[in-house]
Amino acid sequence: MKNLLLSTTLLAATALPGFAQDYTPDPNAKSGGEITITYKDDVATLDPAIGYDWQNWSMIKSLFDGLMDYVPGTTELRPGLAESYDISEDGIVFTFTLREGVKFHNGREMTAEDVKYSLDRVTTPATQSPGAGFFASIAGFDAISAGEADTLSGVEVVDPMTVKITLSRPDATFLHVMALNFASIVPKEAVDEHGTDFGKHPVGTGAFKLDEWTIGQRLVFAKNEDFWREGIPYLDAVTFEVGQEPIVALLRLQQGEVDVPGDGIPPAKFQEVMGDPAQAERVVEGGQLHTGYITLNVGIEPLDKLPVREAINMAINKERITQIINGRAVPATQPLPPSMPGYTEGFEGFAFDVEAAKAKLAEAGLADGFTTELYVMNTDPNPRIAQAIQQDLKAIGVNVEIRSLAQANVIEAGGAGAAPMIWSGGMAWIADFPDPSNFYGPILGCAGAGDGGWNWSKFCDESIDAMAVEADSMTDPAAPERLQMWSDTYMKVMEQAPWVPVFNEQRYTMKSERMGGDDSLYVDPVSIPVNYDYVYVTE
Amino acid sequence: MAGYLFRRLVQSALILLGVSFITFVLLYVLPADPVRQIAGRSATAQTVENIRQQLGLDQPMLVQYWRYLSGLVQGDMGRSYLQKTEVSTLIAARLPASLLLMAGGIGCELMIGLTLGIVAAVFRGRPLDQGLMVTSFVAVSAPQFVVGLLLLYVFAVQLGWFPIGGYGTASHLVLPAVTLGIMGSGWYSRMMRSSMVEVLRQDYIRTARAKGLTRARVLIHHALPNAILPIIAMIGIDIGIFMGGIVVVESVFGWPGIGQLAWQAIQRVDIPIIMGVTMVSASAIVLGNLLADFVTPMIDPRIKLR
Repeated sequence: MKNLLLSTTLLAATALPGFAQDYTPDPNAKSGGEITITYKDDVATLDPAIGYDWQNWSMIKSLFDGLMDYVPGTTELRPGLAESYDISEDGIVFTFTLREGVKFHNGREMTAEDVKYSLDRVTTPATQSPGAGFFASIAGFDAISAGEADTLSGVEVVDPMTVKITLSRPDATFLHVMALNFASIVPKEAVDEHGTDFGKHPVGTGAFKLDEWTIGQRLVFAKNEDFWREGIPYLDAVTFEVGQEPIVALLRLQQGEVDVPGDGIPPAKFQEVMGDPAQAERVVEGGQLHTGYITLNVGIEPLDKLPVREAINMAINKERITQIINGRAVPATQPLPPSMPGYTEGFEGFAFDVEAAKAKLAEAGLADGFTTELYVMNTDPNPRIAQAIQQDLKAIGVNVEIRSLAQANVIEAGGAGAAPMIWSGGMAWIADFPDPSNFYGPILGCAGAGDGGWNWSKFCDESIDAMAVEADSMTDPAAPERLQMWSDTYMKVMEQAPWVPVFNEQRYTMKSERMGGDDSLYVDPVSIPVNYDYVYVTE
Repeated sequence: MAGYLFRRLVQSALILLGVSFITFVLLYVLPADPVRQIAGRSATAQTVENIRQQLGLDQPMLVQYWRYLSGLVQGDMGRSYLQKTEVSTLIAARLPASLLLMAGGIGCELMIGLTLGIVAAVFRGRPLDQGLMVTSFVAVSAPQFVVGLLLLYVFAVQLGWFPIGGYGTASHLVLPAVTLGIMGSGWYSRMMRSSMVEVLRQDYIRTARAKGLTRARVLIHHALPNAILPIIAMIGIDIGIFMGGIVVVESVFGWPGIGQLAWQAIQRVDIPIIMGVTMVSASAIVLGNLLADFVTPMIDPRIKLR
């Protein structure tokens, strides 16, 4: 507890300088030009309270802003629409001072009332926001989500440029939450005008504004000339063409018609692209806040026995599975991906060892093996990965029946606790925000273990939950003590082996020759595929 | 005629009612919860319950179906669960593209299929006939995904004659329409061939030839109108086949039709969109069949509608 107090006081004193290492503008950047991005899937919505696809996530980021933001290309927080903020010593009260003169795309100036309105809107049940739960630590959240109040009692407009947010409990992730798209500031009059169609008529404060949307074909973002950050964006416009197969997008990129294929390089073409130096040099590789894993349901026999879960962990040949996806991943040892703060360096995890796995099974009294089921999403490469898992487990005498289903059906089976094992591919956890807590609560904690939750192992250890709560009670998300606590938490989880962490996907963003900007912008951890605000064209 | 029309319309309405009910039941029993898809992975139990109530998904199935149906007859297809936009808006934005592609596809398959069928019939039993029929078999069996990509690679990427996918001009239509048409042309050439062979055996053809008409004249004026009759009924049915096949072609060519809309909705259990697209497609099929029934007697006076 002493430590905790120390770190909070320290933070209150140094709140701003702690995050002050901002982005250095690129001296070679040129203004002007337009780029074309392609996607296979249509864009569902650009309403920041609703959009929760990896594809519209970065688009919404460029149209809207929240009080907090990230330094481009990194996982470091920086102030966004808030110019500065102050955190009370107990970590309960956050006072944000807003930037003066920030204008919405409709020309009106943003004020503290808009902040309050936006937070009320995202948490009120009528909005049906998939992100409402992130705001659970704000005082009054329970009342508004139960329909007993129309406003969050914890959000208070002090004056037109100051907002005070009171939490019901300390929450280290709160500043990250304020950087989520769900916390974007929206103007009430525009939401009222379009109602539920606001998602097709977005009005924000972001670097770009929506210029044209032809459903099923194309969206055009135009530069916001009044953007509150000096000098950006560089591009005059970004065109998103939807409904394009990744393989067709690649052909068009090779013809110079496309600048970034949003869905990446299609698996079938990966080796060809990487084998051609001219193309490979235009591919940027980076880490991703992603872990692919197999859940082992601790409520289903014989997976309820620890030695059996350990045996399965030892039996999986992760190297071989990464080869199935052309080596586009690194084998994982633990739930957190390597680029996530709190990752335990040097931890080897369970080594691939068939004999040791067999011994573990014998220890559990199952020397003759057993039969179980593996649920998997039915799109390539997941069924192939499931077959590899099946072969690996066959080698230790475990017979696996593969249930290959549509995504929604796998999620349903997982939530209901009906699936003994699930390969997470296609539904795997990609962090909402770059903080270690995001890999725990919903997918490994007791909170997600209930019916319908995303904790498909149904693993619930209250002592580990208590560690997580303690780590999140600190106010500085980046405090080394906190990250150490999270590291310890995940090590405790691994002792119980509710998952087989299989691999961490790498990101490969391919770009056209004329695209400029630091490589980190093309593998930006929070903007996939690229950070539209900071990239530029060289011609 | 009026009585027949009335009976057929009532029948069609009943068919559509049946389609809507079966689809609704199937979506209802599907072991996937649309509320989970809307609520997202971080939702609390409270949020999930709220959404379920707001959408009326906590009601018994028949109540839900009744609500949907009463909306539908008033022209209200509901709002997409995930996009929040009216389903009618989403379909209206994409339907013209699908219809255009379908028309292009039917045009192509008829052009290719009928020509090949006639040629094969005229040269029946000879190597040309056999070659054409093997080709038609390949055309029927070739997966559209492969055919589409192949055409795209050769004619758009290598030769640069057409744009690489997309929508907007006549040249955008050619490759997707040909891809759709190739499969259908296989069927049509075989049907046209056998129908033509049958007609060419008839006595009146021999009579026509015997009174000195040229081969071409007999073929075009006497044989063709008779041989083409069974084909017309096929076109109506074809609309239904295309509604299915169009998904793949739209996806390869980035064609903004309703197939893509349906495909994405199915992935995410967006029931109002799935229902909407199903009903529109079913209506198109029913309408296609109706049209075929009414057009046939206009061309063939021997057929009377009763």
